[in-house]
Amino acid sequence: MQPVEPFMITEAPLDPAPLVAYVQTPGDGAVVTFAGVARNHFGGRPTAFLSYEAYTEMATPVLARIAEEARARWPIGRVAVHHRIGTLEIGETAVLVVVAAPHRQEAFQAAAYIMDRIKEIAPIWKKEHWADGAAEWRE
Amino acid sequence: MITVRVRLFAAHRDIVGRPEVTLQMEPGATVGAVWEQLVAGYPSLGRYTGRLLYAVNQQFAEPDASVDDGDEVAIIPPVSGGVDRR
Repeated sequence: MQPVEPFMITEAPLDPAPLVAYVQTPGDGAVVTFAGVARNHFGGRPTAFLSYEAYTEMATPVLARIAEEARARWPIGRVAVHHRIGTLEIGETAVLVVVAAPHRQEAFQAAAYIMDRIKEIAPIWKKEHWADGAAEWRE
Repeated sequence: MITVRVRLFAAHRDIVGRPEVTLQMEPGATVGAVWEQLVAGYPSLGRYTGRLLYAVNQQFAEPDASVDDGDEVAIIPPVSGGVDRR
């Protein structure tokens, strides 16, 4: 198996299994996996597909920085975050946040925090391609 | 004069029609001045003023940070689903 990059922006489909295997160490009793998935509607309007763009050279270290922010707040173990870019069909995974910790509460809280921070500061943008053919960047 | 590369993303790239532009600035110019010069050339960018993050050479930067010759300045429009800008 290829070594896992814990923080990555990629055009390839995302697979949680290698990330779960990467984060888990014998001291961890909890592994939380969050998957953000392309959804077929937004604000009541049907969506055909999504596309994502990133400032990749910066986004990758920002993901690592956000994980360090979480580590400063909760006693957690390893963290992995992969974000996909390019065109995503409905049902495909756009982002995976995987957090290991000795106990579940910290793993849940850290995963939620990391996802919130990605949406605040990670230079990654989503474009909604509506079913009627129009498209707009989510801001 | 100094030369800076300005990286543009998402809606900004659509408005400007290119993923990056090169601007000539006065020595000691700030990140905010780079944005103002961009808006002067592309007035429809103006509605983003106050809703942006900036980076210089891939590090977050405040609007009053100065830029140097050869710097890569990134204008970071609101990110997907983000509401609480910081």
